[in-house]
Amino acid sequence: MSSTSSDTYNYMMAPEAEPEINKDNYLNDGWRLQDWLLSLDHKRIGILYLISITVFFALGGAYAALIRLELITPGGDLLSPDAYNRAFTMHGVLMVFFFLIPSIPAVFGNFVLPLMIGAKDVAFPKLNLASWYMYMIGGTLTLVAMVTGGVDTGWTFYTPYSTAYSNTFVAAVAVGIFVNGFSSIFTGINFMVTIHRMRAPGLTWFRLPLFIWAMYATSLIMILGTPVLAITLLLVGAERLLGLGIFDPALGGDPILFQHLFWFYSHPAVYIMILPSLGVVSELVATFSRKRVFGYAFVAFASVAIAVIGFVVWGHHMFVSSQSAYAGMVFSFLTMFVAVPSAVKVFNWMATMFKGSIEYSTPMFYALGFIGLFVIGGLTGLMLGTMGLDIHLHDTYFVVAHFHYIMVGGALFGYLGAMHYWWPKMFGRMYPDGLSHMSALVIFLGFNLTFFPQFILGYLGMPRRYHVYPDEFQILHVMSSAGASVLAVGYMIPLVYFTWSLVAGRAAGRNPWRAVGLEWLLPSPPPTHNFHEIPTVDWEANEYRELPEVEPAPMPLRSVPGQA
Amino acid sequence: MSAGHAAANSYEAGLAHHFESFEQQKESSFLGMWLFLVQEIMFFGGLFVAYAVYRSMYPAAFMAGSQQLDTFWGFLNTLVLLCSSFTMVLAVWGAQVGRKKVIVWGLIGTIFFGAVFLGVKVVEYSAKFEHHLVPGESFEWPPKKHHGGDHGAEAAAHGADDLAHGAVIATEAHGADVAIDSSNAVEMSGRGGAIIFFFLYFFMTGMHALHMVIGIVIMLIMLPMAAKGKWGPDNHNFVEGFGLYWHFVDLVWIFLFPFLYLLGAH
Repeated sequence: MSSTSSDTYNYMMAPEAEPEINKDNYLNDGWRLQDWLLSLDHKRIGILYLISITVFFALGGAYAALIRLELITPGGDLLSPDAYNRAFTMHGVLMVFFFLIPSIPAVFGNFVLPLMIGAKDVAFPKLNLASWYMYMIGGTLTLVAMVTGGVDTGWTFYTPYSTAYSNTFVAAVAVGIFVNGFSSIFTGINFMVTIHRMRAPGLTWFRLPLFIWAMYATSLIMILGTPVLAITLLLVGAERLLGLGIFDPALGGDPILFQHLFWFYSHPAVYIMILPSLGVVSELVATFSRKRVFGYAFVAFASVAIAVIGFVVWGHHMFVSSQSAYAGMVFSFLTMFVAVPSAVKVFNWMATMFKGSIEYSTPMFYALGFIGLFVIGGLTGLMLGTMGLDIHLHDTYFVVAHFHYIMVGGALFGYLGAMHYWWPKMFGRMYPDGLSHMSALVIFLGFNLTFFPQFILGYLGMPRRYHVYPDEFQILHVMSSAGASVLAVGYMIPLVYFTWSLVAGRAAGRNPWRAVGLEWLLPSPPPTHNFHEIPTVDWEANEYRELPEVEPAPMPLRSVPGQA
Repeated sequence: MSAGHAAANSYEAGLAHHFESFEQQKESSFLGMWLFLVQEIMFFGGLFVAYAVYRSMYPAAFMAGSQQLDTFWGFLNTLVLLCSSFTMVLAVWGAQVGRKKVIVWGLIGTIFFGAVFLGVKVVEYSAKFEHHLVPGESFEWPPKKHHGGDHGAEAAAHGADDLAHGAVIATEAHGADVAIDSSNAVEMSGRGGAIIFFFLYFFMTGMHALHMVIGIVIMLIMLPMAAKGKWGPDNHNFVEGFGLYWHFVDLVWIFLFPFLYLLGAH
């Protein structure tokens, strides 16, 4: 513990007698339509993303509800086979491309990344605004295609079904996702340059918050992966519209090439979804255990390692796609390898909490939930990465359950944790504790009830993407559907109390969690230009020092040295 | 981080509000441009992967297809693009030293060479339409008319044996258990391989041309700004960043030209 705390550090950590809402904030800086829609302020763009992403999440959720309703009974009672195919495709497309991939980077990355590194904005504010417009244009195109007829290929668009046989709006949705890709690329470039070039004085690489490291790794994948998906979708579009066979085996093309190109992006895309959450959880665990993260450098490099190794494991999606067994073995080995940095993170969070002074706040609830669910999701991922088991489990509900543990139990829990952690900073007000604790528990229970039975279903042989199934699977499907309704209720509660808190929540003050980080130095909500004077950082990430005003209690007489 | 924080408070023209110094602004803008180019490499990289896969599947068809392309026009365009890179460098230098005329004429020269390149591409594309070498309903293979005299047709016919061989290998490699009789395989590999070659030719050069068009549009927007004297020693990041983009587009052509035009002896 350092005894020479700087004034900046002391100011950041000092409790406020009367927390108040900062009036001179970015929200009050103009309320005309163009003040929001043409704003170059990273905080406002973050809010724009927050609203639009919530809408897409609700739409994706509506499709999930349709799927779970249909699956309550073994027969196809509610949806026709075609309608069911469209429902799960649109659920996947909306959730993957329009919720999970942008979620944490676009909302919280945009809002807090410049604050955390002491910058006045991201490096390219206009590019940042353009990224939101690209997201909206891509989203709108997809919605139009959805309303006019939908797509039935699954979110993976496998050829030749998607190019030669499907009678749905494949090309329109492909263009929608292509345009949306620009949004990812712009965000990635912006974050990477901002992290490289705009850190406050004293904020060295190894003093950066771990969330920033995670954003850096995520940006790397966004920049390297997204263009490959873009060119793949263009080729699919060209093949479909012009009737040429670049992927069509009947015309000499190779459908496996499509799968290679698709998964070269789409597997790393899984890490675009989970890495930001890993970063958030590192912040939460440190803040609410009041300790530095154990093995900071390992956790930081683990993010980069996951991003890099994540690029060479795509073949594990193709063990049964006539890929050579030798290639399969290499991909299987590399898949095991990517588990190492993931496990490093989990162990280090555990070690951080060990003998920490843990505070059970709502964000911490989500962090703890995340760790448990991420472990289950990760370990079942290893089972799928072994070639022998994968032949049995491929394309079953086991796979569905596995990736929902990662994407919902992992990415979504991280998103909600981040939301509860930074909400007071974003809007200056607190949400009710009891209700938020309860909803975290409801979501945790609902989630497990929804997806754990799917592991069993898959192991017993229930294939994914079927709308009818044998009678003996009904009990597990009913459990899953029941869990989905609990989960839906769990999502509604935060929607209500967050909205309520905007008008009636008590003032949060500058640093409600007594956390370490430049964003907590600013009043809540922050002023438009963030920092009037760029602060100098002289503390490590999540470093908790003894504060001068906390005087040590007077020592009892008998322990004073020299006295008998 | 740069130590230029002291100078931050004095506002200077050309320095955006969120940057502390020109140095920081310049470094940010170049790093951003380089990252954008990395992204572009991955974009074209997907196409080059497709090219590599199909060329190894249908080597003879690719060679025969390549011989239908006109090396003269391809070579001329390579020279044209190199010239455009030279004029681009002049424009960037003009911005660095603050010579307005050099920027303007450098940009005009680059636009001119870019337009010449696209013009040659139009000539080439229309020749392919005339010779029924555009993938689609009217695609004819082996070609009846072509640019290089009888030589190409001969090569195409000659390659048929290799093609059949290639098709069988391709079929086996993918474990397709559908029996394809050999005459079918000749038909499929000769025609199918050629269709894929020309599809890739049009798609790759088309994507490249699209990048050139975008570049020319940006330069047309830059031209009046340059004439007004917007860029000078303190403010040339945009010109320099655009220069990187233009050189990158040139570089893509340097790869496209041999990969598409120079397969086998002409």
